[in-house]
Amino acid sequence: MERPEPGSEIDGFRVGECVHSGAQGLIFRVIRPELGFAAVMKVPRVGPGEPAENLISFETEAMILPALAGAHVPRFVAAGDLAKTPYLVTEWIEGESLDAKLKRGPLDASEVARIGAAIADALHGLHQQDAIHLDLKPDNVVLKEDGEAVLIDFGLAHHARYPDLLAEEKRFAAGSAPYVSPEQVLGTRSDPRSDIFALGVILYEMATGELPFGVPATQAGLRDRLWVDPVPPRARARELPPWLQELILRCLEPRAEARYQSAAHVAFDLRHPEQIALTARARKTARAGLPAQLARWWRARGARPAPRLLPNAQVATAPVIMVAVDTTHADDPRQPLLQRATAQVLSLSPEYRLLCVSVIRAGPVVEGAGTAGEVAGAHLEHLVRLRHWAGPLRLPPERQSLHVIESASPERALLDFARRNHADVILLGAPSAEHQALAWWRSVASGVTAHAHCSVYVVRAGQK
Amino acid sequence: MAIALLSDLHSNLEALEACLRHAREGGAARYAFLGDLVGYGADPQATVDTVQRYAAEGAIAVKGNHDEATEKRAGYMNEATKDSIEWTRKALDGARKGFLAALPLVVREQDVCFVHASAASPARWEYVDGPGAARRSAEAAQAAYVFCGHVHEQLLYFESSQGRWSAFRPTPGQAIPVGRRRRWLAIVGSVGQPRDGRATAAYALFDPQREQLTFHRVPYDHLAAARKIRQAGLPEFHAFRVERGV
Repeated sequence: MERPEPGSEIDGFRVGECVHSGAQGLIFRVIRPELGFAAVMKVPRVGPGEPAENLISFETEAMILPALAGAHVPRFVAAGDLAKTPYLVTEWIEGESLDAKLKRGPLDASEVARIGAAIADALHGLHQQDAIHLDLKPDNVVLKEDGEAVLIDFGLAHHARYPDLLAEEKRFAAGSAPYVSPEQVLGTRSDPRSDIFALGVILYEMATGELPFGVPATQAGLRDRLWVDPVPPRARARELPPWLQELILRCLEPRAEARYQSAAHVAFDLRHPEQIALTARARKTARAGLPAQLARWWRARGARPAPRLLPNAQVATAPVIMVAVDTTHADDPRQPLLQRATAQVLSLSPEYRLLCVSVIRAGPVVEGAGTAGEVAGAHLEHLVRLRHWAGPLRLPPERQSLHVIESASPERALLDFARRNHADVILLGAPSAEHQALAWWRSVASGVTAHAHCSVYVVRAGQK
Repeated sequence: MAIALLSDLHSNLEALEACLRHAREGGAARYAFLGDLVGYGADPQATVDTVQRYAAEGAIAVKGNHDEATEKRAGYMNEATKDSIEWTRKALDGARKGFLAALPLVVREQDVCFVHASAASPARWEYVDGPGAARRSAEAAQAAYVFCGHVHEQLLYFESSQGRWSAFRPTPGQAIPVGRRRRWLAIVGSVGQPRDGRATAAYALFDPQREQLTFHRVPYDHLAAARKIRQAGLPEFHAFRVERGV
């Protein structure tokens, strides 16, 4: 078996310095001029005396990584023959490990929200590709300078369209003890909401500097994950805002059905904390009392893994639906049509989030015209109209949010907002010939349709 | 060079032709027919002729229990199946029956084993109906890959750790990496009589160089195939199954 070492060359890769040496393997910088980006070679520790898991987890990563795409996973370059020269070459991600960042102590709420949203973005991108990380922890998150998070180490990951080589390796495949979800403890490796639980642990750690469940060392200690109620984050860090506790404790619900159903929803809430509907979770000041803990324990006794859905299908049950409402022309006859279309789309999705967006033109900055107070007044006026528009839909507050955006380019504003918030569908009105005042919508509807990253539902009044 | 793996054709010419067309467009350069060319369906002659033509050009073909039953009676079959075998026996001439009778039970090529049922006892037509049966078949085959049929549902068994086997339900159209380092047993599904509630023909494409296996489902004119079964006076049950894919 050929072993890479600094200075050697393997399959056209010149091996450079060793940047990591761990129990499972080594990581070297490698150079191949035609690549055009920096790369690393991961070499598992295999052979006599090394645990068999090293090779299986390496094989899993070599299987899954080539199938993944997007800005939140390292680009796959090449894999060596498992029998002769096992290695994996991927893009080198320049940035700071979240682990290194956390070693300097807890972060303030806005920083927690910013980093948390970046990780949630990355998870959503992964789940949409039918993959689940299952070993999410600060070591495996790299924060790039542009604020994006990249997930690394897919050695315990699951891809729903590939055979799970780790299926029979339940103990080893359960991830890292402080971050592992209750269902993983039970041996389930097919639920994307496990990653949302691990994200909750990371958010808790970022906000308080402590781990919600400690570092269990035994299987029995891990099973506590099924029912133990963590100390509320605000009991550990009093200055934390209630919305952050609400969000973290929702991620940490032992039953996957009670958590956020999509990482896109977590990302959205972290970016719009003022829109989070607070519940009893936000008000908790101590762990549940003994009777409640016993009840949780009793329920956990019968816990069984949840039924299976492909990760992307699971995410699809929780779509983000965005509707663009023209609050400047509130009496337009197409408004009820847009309402009806929105209600129809919502009725097909059990776990939707509705974002109602109105883009108003940024007022021209003319000297003497429009004080700050007047601008804020206009903003509020449109917010009120938006609320009025959404009223007949009778949606629970935690399912909808209202946004008034000032922009000179409604098309760009809508597209940016949709992309940033992982919208799955955009609904908007078609331009109408008889409303000259609405002429600008013509370019908006067609522009949004042409450039959106997702489906667009254009609502048009039928010809009389 | 991809190999198309087609099993349990069951005299369903519409399904067979749709799969062959799909495989050719998908880059198949070789073909392997994994048994049960006949039985249940209304087109035994044309089905046997098609397979015979491919075999003359180098295709692999192995024998299934329905093919065997056209030469010697099988006691284990139910009445409707026996009726269709009786009908098939009459429909086939000596040359076609001779072709079926001469088919081998197992074909081995390099690290691949082709068989209709279990390689552990190919003549006993045991069902590979769980990880244990998959392991027994793979161990007897002494090959990295075992491709078989008999069970009509597409399933991929693989050796995980410490000799334990697991089952995986494939997503149609998704290429699956199947490295030679571990052993695999694929049940490629039925071309002519799918039974999972979807009336689409099933087969698989194996690319030995890239070590990839892709399971496919192909829509075909299943209503025409069902109609022919009724017109031939074959048991209604067989028409119903083809119509509904159950």
